[in-house]
Amino acid sequence: MSLFGFGKKKDETPAPAPAPEPVPEKEGWFARLKGGLAKSSSRLTTGIGDLFTKRKLDDEALEELEELLITADLGLATAQRVTRRLARTRFGQDVDAEDIRAALAEEMAEILTPVAQPLAPDFSRKPHVVLVVGVNGSGKTTTIGKLAKQFRDDGRSVTLAAGDTFRAAAVEQLKVWGERTGCPVICRDTGADAAGLAFDAVAEARARGDDLLFIDTAGRLQNKQGLMEELAKVVRVIKKQDETAPHDVLLVLDATVGQNAHSQVEAFKDMVDVTGLVLTKLDGTARGGVLVALAERFGLPVHAIGVGEQAGDLRPFAAEAFARSLVGLG
Amino acid sequence: MFDTLSQRLSKVFDKLTGRGALSEADVTEALREVRVALLEADVALPVVKDFVARVKDRAIGSEVVKSVTPGQMVVKIVHDELVATLGTEGVELNLNAVPPAVILMVGLQGSGKTTTSGKLAVRLKAQKKKVLLASLDVYRPAAQQQLEILARQADVGSLPVVMGEMPVAITRRALEMGRREGYDVVVLDTAGRLHIDQELMAEVAAVRDVAKPVETLLVTDAMTGQDAVTLAREFNEKVGVTGIVLTRVDGDARGGAALSMRHVTGRPIKFLGQGEKLDALEVFHPDRIAGRILGMGDVVSLVEKAIETVDHDEAEKLAKRIQKGKFDLEDMLTQFKQVEKMGDLKGILGMLPGIGKMAAQLKDAKIDDKALGRQKAIIQSMTPAERRNADLIKASRKRRIAAGAGVSVQDVNKLIKQYQQMADMMKKVGKMGQKGFARHGLAGLLPPGGGGFGKFGR
Repeated sequence: MSLFGFGKKKDETPAPAPAPEPVPEKEGWFARLKGGLAKSSSRLTTGIGDLFTKRKLDDEALEELEELLITADLGLATAQRVTRRLARTRFGQDVDAEDIRAALAEEMAEILTPVAQPLAPDFSRKPHVVLVVGVNGSGKTTTIGKLAKQFRDDGRSVTLAAGDTFRAAAVEQLKVWGERTGCPVICRDTGADAAGLAFDAVAEARARGDDLLFIDTAGRLQNKQGLMEELAKVVRVIKKQDETAPHDVLLVLDATVGQNAHSQVEAFKDMVDVTGLVLTKLDGTARGGVLVALAERFGLPVHAIGVGEQAGDLRPFAAEAFARSLVGLG
Repeated sequence: MFDTLSQRLSKVFDKLTGRGALSEADVTEALREVRVALLEADVALPVVKDFVARVKDRAIGSEVVKSVTPGQMVVKIVHDELVATLGTEGVELNLNAVPPAVILMVGLQGSGKTTTSGKLAVRLKAQKKKVLLASLDVYRPAAQQQLEILARQADVGSLPVVMGEMPVAITRRALEMGRREGYDVVVLDTAGRLHIDQELMAEVAAVRDVAKPVETLLVTDAMTGQDAVTLAREFNEKVGVTGIVLTRVDGDARGGAALSMRHVTGRPIKFLGQGEKLDALEVFHPDRIAGRILGMGDVVSLVEKAIETVDHDEAEKLAKRIQKGKFDLEDMLTQFKQVEKMGDLKGILGMLPGIGKMAAQLKDAKIDDKALGRQKAIIQSMTPAERRNADLIKASRKRRIAAGAGVSVQDVNKLIKQYQQMADMMKKVGKMGQKGFARHGLAGLLPPGGGGFGKFGR
C-alpha cells in the first residue's frame, strides 16, 4: 500500500544482513520471515514457501514474533505484551505467516486506533495557538512548514512564530517556509528571548484575526532542566495573552529514535502538558514501533506522520496501516 | 522505568550462593537479564544476540574471584566484552593527505552534522590547523547560512554561498579555495539524507569521488533505535565510512546505537557530541559508553579497584556502623586509610554515577590527597575518648592535638568541621538503608561494603 511509500523504497534496499553475524540462528520459518523483514523488502522475501507452510504457534514461534516487534522498536515489554495477547487466542494453532502477521497487526491496531486523531483546531479562537516542541533535530520546523501548507491550502490564515532563537539560522529556516506557504513569520534576532517573542506573536496574530498560530521552539534535550523550564516559561507567557492558550502542544518525535522516546514524552508532558504527537522521518527504514508503547502508556493523540521533506509529506496517522507496516505488511 | 542492570542482576543472584566456577545455569540466567538491558538501551537485536553468545562462551567456566558474587563476575565479563567491542579510545582524525585534507560529514536528517562540523572546526583550529567549512546542503532551508554563522563563531574560513549551485560543483569550488588559500583541512557538511534514498546516496558518492576525503564521518544521534544497524551498514556500503560521531550524548539515552554501529561497520567511534556549545566535542571513551549501555555508570571499574585493594572486614564493620547512624572520628580514620589504598580520591568520586551533590559536599570539605596524611595525624593525636566523642574536643584539647600533629589549631578546627559534615551525611546515608545505597549509586562513596561492594546492588 502506497500510504507511506515504504514498500517501494524498501524493495530497493540490498540485504543488510549483519556482516559479522555468527549467531547460530536456526533458519526457521519465522526466522526467514524476519530475515525478510530485516531486509526491509516486506512482501517479496516472505517467499512463496512460507505461504504454503503452516506451523504451530508454539513458544519458539512466539519468541520469533516478539523479536520481529523488537526490531521495529516496540521495546521489549510492549513486544512481549502484544505477542502474549496473540497467544491467548492462537496458541497451539496451526498458522501461516501472512495470517499471523495480520493478527499481530490487528492487536497493535487496537492499541493505536484510539490515538489516531487528526489535529482539529478551533478556528473561532482567532487564533488557535499551537506550540511545537521536541528534542534537537526531530523535525519541528519542517513539521510546522508542512502543517502551515495544509491549512493554507484549506484557505486558513496562518501565522508562524520563529521561537527557535537559539540555533544558528533557525529563524531563516522558518522564514523560507513562510515564503513557501505565504504565511507571515514573526521573528526576532538569534539570541532574543523566546517567551517575549511568543507573547508578541499571540498579540499580533490576534490583532490580525488569524485562524492559526504555530509557535516554533528551539530543540532541547529533555534532561536539560534549565531549558525545559524555559519552555514552561514560554507557556506561562502565552497564557498572559490568552488564558486558554496554547490550545495544542505538539511534541515532534523522530521515528529513528528508540526507547528514549519514552523519556521524551514523559519529560515534555510533565513540563508543558503535551496534547499530541507527530512522528517524523517515517520514510526511512526505521518503523517507529515505539509509538505502540507510547500509545499504551500515555494515550496521547497521534496527529500526523512525516514521510519526507516536501510540503506535502505530512500524512494523517492511520492506525491500521501503521500497525501493518510494523510487521512488514504493506 | 528502566531498572538498571545491577538491580536486575541482583534479583537473579540473590538466589545463588554458590562459589567457584560459573556454571552454565548461572550464566544463562544472568545473560537473560543482560539481553533485556541491552535491548532497553536500544542495542540492535542481531547485535545483542551475537554479543550475548560471545559473552556466554567466555563466561562459562570462568573462576569467580573470591569475595565477588557470581553476578558481579558476569557484569565484569559483560563490561569487558562491551569495552572490547566498542574499541579503543581516542582515535584521532587522520589528516594524512596533501593539504587540504578533506573531511566529509554524512548522516540522516537532524543527526547533528552541521553543529558537529562547527565543533570539529573549533577542535582543529585549536590544533593550529587552518580550517575551511563548506556546506553542501542545498535542500534544507537556511542550512548553508547555519554553517556560515558557525564558521564565524568558530573563527574559521567559510566557503561563500552561491545560490543554486549543486553539491558536486560546491565541492570543486571548496577544494579549489582550500588549495589556493592554503587551508589544512576542508570540512564538507552534506545534507541529511536517508540511506535508502538512491538519488541522494548517489549524490554523496559523487561528492566523495571528487573530494577524495581522508575521513568520512557518519554522524548519528545517540538516541537512535534498532534502525542504527541498517543506516550504518548502508552508509558504510554506499559511501564508505571511516569513523562515527555520536551526538547528543548529553541527553539521557543509553546509547546502544554506538555498539550496533560499531558492530556492523567495524569503524571506530571517534567523537562524542556533548552539548550545543561549539567546544562540546569529546574524544570517545569506550569505558564510559559501556557503563552507560549497561546502565551502571562506571561502578564496574570501581568494583575492580575495590576488589584489588580493600580490606573487606574493615569495610563491613564500617558499613554496619554507618547503617546504625554511627560515625565517629575513629571511623573517619579508618576511612582515610581505605581511601589512601584506593588511590586518587577525586578519581574515585568521578567514577560514580549520580553522586553530584555528595561530591560537591566532599569538595567543600576539602579532602585532597596531600591533606590526607595530615588529617590522619590529627586524629591519631587524639585520645580514644576524643575519637569516640568529638564533642569533648574544646580549646585546650585542640591546642594539645595541634601540637601533637604538628599543625595549627585552625587545621584541627577544619578537620572537626569536616568530620561533622561527613557524620551528618553518613546519618542520612544510614537512613536510606540498604536499598537506598544501590538506588542512589552511593555504594562507592564509602569504602567497600558500604552497602556495598561485597553484595553489590542489594
